[in-house]
This record gives sequence, C-alpha cells and structure tokens, in this order.
Amino acid sequence: MSLRGAVAIVGAAESTELGKVPHMSALQLHVDAALNALADAGISPSEVDGVACAGESPVDVADYLGIVPEYLDGTNVGGSSYMLHVRHAMAAISAGLCETVLVTHGESGRSRVGMTTWRPAPQSAMAQLEMPYGPIGAPALFPIGVRRYMAEYGMTAEQLAMVPVVQRQWAAMNPRAKLRDPITVADVLASPVIADPVHLLHCCLVTDGGGALVLTSAERARSMDLAAPPVYVLGAGESSESSVVQGLESLTSSRAIRLGGERAFAQAGVGHGEVDHLMIYDAFAHVPLYGLEDLGFVGRGEAPAFVADGNTAPGGRLPLNTNGGGLAYTHTGMYGMFAIQESVRQVRGQAPAQVDGVDVSVCTGVGGMFMSSGTLVLGSEATL
Amino acid sequence: MSQSSPEPAMPVSRPTPDTAEWFERIDREELTVPRCGTCGHHFLYPRMCCPRCGSREVALVPASGRGTIASFVLNNRPPPGFEGQTPYAIALVDLEEGPRMMAQVRGVDPAEVTVDLPVRAVFEPRGERRVVQFEVVGNGQEESS
Repeated sequence: MSLRGAVAIVGAAESTELGKVPHMSALQLHVDAALNALADAGISPSEVDGVACAGESPVDVADYLGIVPEYLDGTNVGGSSYMLHVRHAMAAISAGLCETVLVTHGESGRSRVGMTTWRPAPQSAMAQLEMPYGPIGAPALFPIGVRRYMAEYGMTAEQLAMVPVVQRQWAAMNPRAKLRDPITVADVLASPVIADPVHLLHCCLVTDGGGALVLTSAERARSMDLAAPPVYVLGAGESSESSVVQGLESLTSSRAIRLGGERAFAQAGVGHGEVDHLMIYDAFAHVPLYGLEDLGFVGRGEAPAFVADGNTAPGGRLPLNTNGGGLAYTHTGMYGMFAIQESVRQVRGQAPAQVDGVDVSVCTGVGGMFMSSGTLVLGSEATL
Repeated sequence: MSQSSPEPAMPVSRPTPDTAEWFERIDREELTVPRCGTCGHHFLYPRMCCPRCGSREVALVPASGRGTIASFVLNNRPPPGFEGQTPYAIALVDLEEGPRMMAQVRGVDPAEVTVDLPVRAVFEPRGERRVVQFEVVGNGQEESS
C-alpha cells in the first residue's frame, strides 16, 4: 500500500497573533491556532477524531476543544515533532484508525505564560556530561560543530553571515515577520558575539505563537467544501540520534536529517529537481546549510557558496525559508509547525512572498541540537 | 590546576547508576571510557549496554587522557557560576580511544584554540568533586601534572 498522496492537509493556520502575546497561555495558543485551522477547513471540533501535539498534552487540547478522540499522538521530539505528527497521522488515517487529525502547536516562548523554564533533567546525559562546562544552552551547543565545518570545507564567516542576510530579504516581503529590516554581512559580524563563531544575528528569535493543521484522507478532502485546495502529503520520514552533542555521528552533517530526508524523498518519488520550494528549520544560521547538504540538494561543502550566491534568495532557483524563517519570522521554541505552515501556504499559492508555480514543497524540522529530524514532501493536486 | 578555591555555583554532575562509577573514578583523577567486552567498541556516555551491539558486557577501561579538538565555541554568555571567565572555549575532544567528550580548554588564550589541536585531560577541583578539562599539549607545561 503506497501512502503517497493518501492524506491531505485541509486546514492550516497560525495563531491570531504572533510575537509577543502575553495575554495567552501556551495552551490557549494551541487552541487559538486550532480554531483558526478548523475554520480554514470549514469543520467543527466535533468532526475531529484524532489529536496530536507536543509541549502540551493531547489530552488537554482534546478536552479543551470538546473533542472525543480515537487517536492520540503526544510525540515530543522538540521542534521536529510536528513533521512526525503529520507522518504518524498519514499512517493512522490510511490504516483506518481515525479519519481527521488535528495537529496543534503553541508556545509562550517569549512571555513564558503557562510554561516552565527549559533545563535538562538532572539525570539526563546532557545535564551530567555537558552542563558542567558552561554552555549557555542551545546557542553554544547547537553550533559547536561549525568550526569543524569551517576547517573541513573552508566556509568563511562572511558566507555563514549570508544566511540571515538572505532570510531578511524574504522577511521584508512578509508583513507577519518580526524582523523585516534589511541587514548586511557587516551587520551580522558586528552584532554581539554569543558563542564565537555565533553572533546574535545568527540566532533565532524568541516569540509567542501557535499553529495548527487539519489532516484527513485524500478521498474525504475531495468531498469537502474547502476554501483552499488540499495539500497532499507525498512523502514523510523521520529519524533521531544522540541525546548529547558529543555523541552525534558527525559534526558537519546531521544523520537524522539525512535518513529522514531519504525516506521522505523515496516515498514521494520526487527528484530534487522537482522541488519548487524548501523550508529548513533555522534555529541557527548553520542549520539550513547542513540541511541543504543532508537532504541532497547540494554536495558536501557546497551549501555556503550556494546560499551566498543567491540561489535560495528571492529570484533564486531554490527558494528557502520564504517566511523569513526562525531567524526573522518567528521562533516560539519548537519552530517546526511554522515551517509546515509556510510550505502549505506556498503550495496553496497564498504566501506573502509567494514563489511562482509551487507544486512540490519540502519542509524539514530539527529537534534538540540535531537530535531528531522529520521531513515532509508536500504537493498540489497536480503532483498526484 | 589547583590554584583557586572551587566556585560553589559551578555545576557538578549528579551521577546516576549508569554514570556513578565513571564519575567516582574521575573524582580519583582517573579518566576511563566504557568498553564493550563483546565487540570491543569504546563509547561515551557511560551506560549499561553497548550502543553498537547491545551487549551488557561493559567495563570501564583506562583512557590515556590524550586527544585532539574536534570542534569548539568561544562562549561569551556565561550561565551562573561561569561569570568572569569569558570568553572560554567549550570543546568537543576526540579521545585517543575513540569516543568524543565535551570539556573546556584551559590554560591557553582562547584565541589560540584551533580545530585538531592536541590536548590532554586535567582534573579541575569543583567542591568535593573533580571535573575533566583539557589543556593544550606543549603549552609550556610538561607531562607532569
């Protein structure tokens, strides 16, 4: 049984507000986005029989909305969780476990309403083997392989700085993006040093916000009265690796992105040349560079020049992170939902910085510091 | 590395059954790595089974303490306990035995830290405990410790 195109995204929306939303809790942001996505799909909560989310419990989200679920997915592997929720829903709907799955995200990343402070559990490998050395969380731990990458492939500081520069070019076209002013390489390198080679402008935002998706069978999608065309899940993949940075197989590549991506492309049956639009989780500037290589869009060591030469910028041949990404659009903490939202908008033809003729969009999420990854290949009706 | 009094706010590991013996040996200034008795794989972090073959035949074997810097950052934003030291090098060190571990590189101008630099383990007192750190080999300090 091929699951390619068997399931469609029929509702997709973000929270009503993004950025600083101190009057809503994380759970409310899940629900606000869910109500918007359900309205987008033209259905009521009573028509949902599956709930998936991370951060909050799917039990709490279902109860809040009065949903009586037959399917629950509480997979929480950080920012890539939502790619996995979509993949699992794809299997569950196809297998007949449920018919319509609501995937929700909400985080009060900035205002911290209804959130606890992130700190690795004392018994975790990270707390025991990495915290004693004084990293200031993700900004020091996530990019720690970048020097290795520079040494092996000759990436310059200027090339790395081009990632946020290009993403601001996209953000400038998106009214919902938080950081819309253009920046230069010099601006990036003059911004405060966080954990050299990482400067402030290499780091993602910290925002409040939410997002939600409604998935159902392709068959049911065709019978629905939808405001926007269904977006089909052509392929999906997921993987994980070490729970500590020191245990990652490579410092210049992500095994989890590579394996998840291979599976997604194989299931979708699309070649890289058929991909019109790409989203790669950008908690930090180097992550899209690793992603471009690990997903196979460019060869090893080629991503920095590929970005610096404008290939991923407006007008380039592979538009990347067209909402402005986590570096300029929004980043609540588990950003993956927003990457999927932008892929859906691009395939629907509704993105603020719309790329011409997007039939196939790929979005890749990352959890932790390259510890998990999920990739989705989404397609329009024309791709089936 | 015995100059200053320990900074109480700096975190020390709270060992678990998986890691207790490894940390106890570090407290005795002995660096070891877990080795699989079935397939011979050396690995970190310490755990009750081999992540390559699943065997429970795991024992701690002495490590030479020698390694090379695989990568590093120079941290400028200190968490509590690390104020006044910035910038400091947080490195991933490839041990001679194979596994990679995180530590700071001490006793060197952070600007002189580079990828592939040879280093050796030293034991930093932190309260009653010891924390493994690394020094650059040949940095004006002979093999004495």
